[in-house]
Amino acid sequence: MSPAVPAAPAPEAIPPVIEIDKLWSVFHTAGQEAVVHQDLDLTIEAGELLSIVGGSGSGKTVLLRQILGLEQPTHGHVTVLGKPASQLGSEGAASRVGMLFQHGALFSAFTVLENIAFALHELQTLPHALIRDAAMVKLQMVGLDPSQANKMPADLSGGMVKRVALARALIMDPPLLLLDEPTSGLDPESADAFCTLLRSLHRELGLTVVMVTHDLDTLFELSTRVAVVADKRIIVSGTPEAVMAYPHPFIHDFFLGKRGQRASSLLREHPVTV
Amino acid sequence: MAENTPRITPHSMPDGSGLLLSGCWTAARLAEPAAWSQIQSVLRTCSASGATAWTWDLRSLQRLDHTGAQVLWNAWGHQWPARLLLLDVQHSLLARVAQYAMPPPLATRISAWQLFLRLGGRVWFLIDHVRDLIRLMGQLLLDAVRLARSPGKGPWRDVSGHLYHIGATALPITALVGFLIGVVLAYLMSQQLRQFGADAFIVNILGLSLIRELGPMLAAILIAGRSGSAITAQIGVMRVTEELDAMRVMGIAQGYRLVMPRAIAMALAMPLLTVWTTLAALAGGMLAADLTMGVTPAYFFTALPDAVEVSNLTLAVGKSMVFGLLIALIGCHYGLRVKPNTESLGQGTTASVVTSITMVILVDALFAVVFKDIGI
Repeated sequence: MSPAVPAAPAPEAIPPVIEIDKLWSVFHTAGQEAVVHQDLDLTIEAGELLSIVGGSGSGKTVLLRQILGLEQPTHGHVTVLGKPASQLGSEGAASRVGMLFQHGALFSAFTVLENIAFALHELQTLPHALIRDAAMVKLQMVGLDPSQANKMPADLSGGMVKRVALARALIMDPPLLLLDEPTSGLDPESADAFCTLLRSLHRELGLTVVMVTHDLDTLFELSTRVAVVADKRIIVSGTPEAVMAYPHPFIHDFFLGKRGQRASSLLREHPVTV
Repeated sequence: MAENTPRITPHSMPDGSGLLLSGCWTAARLAEPAAWSQIQSVLRTCSASGATAWTWDLRSLQRLDHTGAQVLWNAWGHQWPARLLLLDVQHSLLARVAQYAMPPPLATRISAWQLFLRLGGRVWFLIDHVRDLIRLMGQLLLDAVRLARSPGKGPWRDVSGHLYHIGATALPITALVGFLIGVVLAYLMSQQLRQFGADAFIVNILGLSLIRELGPMLAAILIAGRSGSAITAQIGVMRVTEELDAMRVMGIAQGYRLVMPRAIAMALAMPLLTVWTTLAALAGGMLAADLTMGVTPAYFFTALPDAVEVSNLTLAVGKSMVFGLLIALIGCHYGLRVKPNTESLGQGTTASVVTSITMVILVDALFAVVFKDIGI
């Protein structure tokens, strides 16, 4: 039923990072059943930078939470790095997956540096000096000034919170990074800087990145593949151009509205290269 | 799994001594105690003889991450060793670590002058607290005047809501605690009184202590813990989520809409809860007295009015109204002082409960001294 536009074939040897198979999500609210996902299939290969887009309430964030194992699907399987998603949250999860929550979710009782170093401290073997050095590298890698290290999260601006949260997600160098609305709440300049940062991290660290976004500029600037959630499943996935060409009312409104045309003109000027 | 263990092994090379690194040099694997102690001991002997004297062979590493690179960079004493065999990927990782390497921060010492300033800060903080509390009380008085002028426009829906949450929902727990205290007190007293054959005085002891002191105190302490903390948390969360700022922008007076309804509800609910708790405690005491000493409830009822003057009840109701106002004001005070972060919210809630319970006991002692000639 869903004619997926074929993406670039992945190398045979590397198994897919995320496999979602016949996923159903049903929510019960006030005696009513709301089916959010119905037989949703999605496979994400290593090294991809996949954007998930969809209307409000189409269950993008729910999908992200199911990949993380924070929520259980009603039916179906989510396999992440070869294991069921529900086992992802066990010990050492920080070295397998990093998550950037929409509002950062920094630990408000810790300083910036303690937030970043938290997962390393929890290993309880490595010396403090080494952990501090490693956290300082990550802090500067995401473009923060070393002088920010001892601030509390409450004293940071929105853009800095996102950067600290990204540094925290990357502290153990996980192969998979999930982002929930990475540029929401950022001014255009910070959003651009954040995109550049993400793109360079994706290239240099060989990360697999999955992000949920509404921001068309981010979408066109970063994605190697776009998956569209509508009608309770992935209606199409492929390169931004291929997805835009797919006939569906949601895609028409989303990409070919005024905002979409403005953003996609950027795409023509600076085509995505990986 | 064992072959992935990060290791560092000295081996001889044609041009001198070399170090062969193998396994996964990632944070998670390095943190395995056995692997880490092996690496530490080898690295320590290496740096003792000078890190540059060795040939470092990184080519057979299965994985290297930033933490692993940091371990190496620190072992090299923050400089590139002269002889290094590595792949391009590893080089870029190490280069990034090298680029961002920082000297450790200098430990800052606290001078006597700073300590003095800190003390001053504490004093100002305390003064600020007292000033805020006085301002809150003054505002409540002004709001009460405003309400008295136009009672029809008062926030009565809020008052009734709070009255339900503070008063009605607290009925089961106060009754249970009161009843049990009554039972315990009567049981203990009966042991003592029986020795003197003064069984009938159980009515006087229970009646006076429960009605005058324990009833109001029990209710106040329970409500301070239960509703005082809730008031602080509610207002504190409104600060964290910027709801207080939204109210101010709309020109809605915080004192009139947030503080006054809670204060009124507390001042009304507290005396009622006191009477309720006292009744439950008396019932418990009556039951225990009947079981242990055979003092029948019928006798209890007839003897109670003679043993305890009505002014005791008036005093209890009066002071519990003061307790209620205090708990509401302290709860609101700490709630409004919460800073927009979760840590401050937790501290504020704790401080609110501790302060209101302490204040209730202090004020009760004050009442005991001032009204020592009444009702006894």
